[in-house]
Amino acid sequence: MKPKLAVWKFASCDGCQLSLLDCEDELLMVAEALEIAHFPEASRAVVAGPYDISLVEGSITTPHDLERIEAIRAQSTWVISIGACATAGGIQALRNFQAVEDFMRMVYARPEYIQTLSQSTAISEHIKVDFELRGCPINKNQLLELINALLNRRKPHLPSESVCHECKLRGTVCVMVSQGIPCLGPVTHAGCGAICPAYQRGCYGCFGPSDSPHPAALSQAFKSLGVSEAELVRLYRGFNSNAPAFREESLQHE
Amino acid sequence: MQTEVVLLQRLHLDLLLSQLQAAGYQTVGPVVRDQAIVYDRIQSTADLPMGIGDIQGKGSYRLRSRDDAALFGYVVGPQAWKKYLYPPRQLLMRAEQNSRGLQITAPDQEVPKYAMIGVRGCELKAIQIQDRVFLEGPYSDDFYRERREQIFILAVNCTEPGNTCFCVSMEAGPAAGPGYDLAITEMLETAEPCYLARAGSAKGAELLKHCNPSHAPATLLEKENALWTAAAAQMGRSLNPEQASAALKSGYESTHWKDVGERCLSCSNCTLVCPTCFCSGVQEVTDLAGTSSERWREWDSCFSLNFTLTAGRPIRQSPGARYRQWISHKLAFWQDQFDQSGCVGCGRCITWCPVGIDLTSEIEALNALQTKT
Repeated sequence: MKPKLAVWKFASCDGCQLSLLDCEDELLMVAEALEIAHFPEASRAVVAGPYDISLVEGSITTPHDLERIEAIRAQSTWVISIGACATAGGIQALRNFQAVEDFMRMVYARPEYIQTLSQSTAISEHIKVDFELRGCPINKNQLLELINALLNRRKPHLPSESVCHECKLRGTVCVMVSQGIPCLGPVTHAGCGAICPAYQRGCYGCFGPSDSPHPAALSQAFKSLGVSEAELVRLYRGFNSNAPAFREESLQHE
Repeated sequence: MQTEVVLLQRLHLDLLLSQLQAAGYQTVGPVVRDQAIVYDRIQSTADLPMGIGDIQGKGSYRLRSRDDAALFGYVVGPQAWKKYLYPPRQLLMRAEQNSRGLQITAPDQEVPKYAMIGVRGCELKAIQIQDRVFLEGPYSDDFYRERREQIFILAVNCTEPGNTCFCVSMEAGPAAGPGYDLAITEMLETAEPCYLARAGSAKGAELLKHCNPSHAPATLLEKENALWTAAAAQMGRSLNPEQASAALKSGYESTHWKDVGERCLSCSNCTLVCPTCFCSGVQEVTDLAGTSSERWREWDSCFSLNFTLTAGRPIRQSPGARYRQWISHKLAFWQDQFDQSGCVGCGRCITWCPVGIDLTSEIEALNALQTKT
């Protein structure tokens, strides 16, 4: 019997689970190797659990989410959180630095109908997660590599070092050294293939902190490039603002 | 082998390039891309960075316009020639499980034949250091060998070193040492530069003959010599290799490593721009069905946390420990391992460190701490 795959959504934009549909050429092979049992974005047909692999997209932002994620863990062999929302709280974790009640009063005519948590948090803060796939959005080749490794019972090749590594492998010239552009690459987790520096932009940190980030040293270098304290806060508060290394560094400059 | 010095004009360089191309070489050399001088394919001297120089410092590199027509008026840029001899990703083998069992095949790849145009003295020495690593000793690397055996090296003697250079300390320049096929010095006396050329191999001598060149006048040779002497005196940095090695070997427990660790990003830039760093990782890439697999080798770095992953934990966990490993290997233990230093004084690790860590200053600081205690 083929292993069963489920795809779950929490607070997110759907971009990461769409990466699975983006696999296009490889999708048929994935469907041959796995039974896509629960994937509402792709099909209304739902096969009941338990599931071998659960891909979880999105962050935990409501009391209901807390119950759902427990239920998913209980019926899954492997839980893999995919994307910046699921692994770090996502862009919506910017609420974590403010009072969420103020937002509710500004946005909703009847805020008393809204049930939400004060913080947007990663899946791994609530349940045991077997693997985290980074990125905003995730890279489809990394998703395929992970599924492939799981099916073949081998270690996935998903480097956790800095984006600098990817720039150098593809021959991109360092934009920080050659143009003085502030770039989060030296503290950011590899995985995107170093897209932004290849187009003469600094890295935005979409894949969150690398395995041994040192943002304090990078901030010093940014300052000598003329980056202000306020700009430093904004740099670290992107899609991964609640990832501990970025969160702590942004608080240093508030 | 002939050592006669001849005089070439730019048109002769174009003739050399077209002869190399006719002989089946891919001509690769310096070009301007993304605000830097990088190595890429070139067709003629029109592709070279004419009138372009650079200003380098700790963690900083900027191109500048020169007020002459120099084709080689720049200091080494972010890329090393190792990308051609030891590519960032290399397919090592394929394996397939079929009805006949497990079949293992070597990659069926054409070995590129490169003519490297503009190799500096420090870079030539770096190639020779990698030769020692990949080709000598009990295990030699066939992938490196196949490429290495086919290359043609046109060296350019350096006359204007940069602010992060210290090739003189490492005995790697400014003039290119033996090992090239042809070496030229660019002379900028006149509006149109001319070139003093020497053959360093039979291949080089043969090519030169086709240019039908004239003998170099003695006055130009004197000027060339003066340029080299001046270049040697203009090094932006210096390093005493013996002192560095001794300081590193006795400074293993120094408090200085913690200090470096507070500045180091452990981003791996220094190792990846270094022309001698040779570490790699190997990955198996399977298909979804698990019936076929490819084995790839990819550049790795001692600054990545997983580099020393052993029994589930990395051995060198702090950035300071990783920096100490890198600089100690480069300047001290390389000598024990390969009978030479692993550094050629090109200065790339200083220029391309995003936070401007300078290995020559780190050695000075380590030394100062040791003399104090």
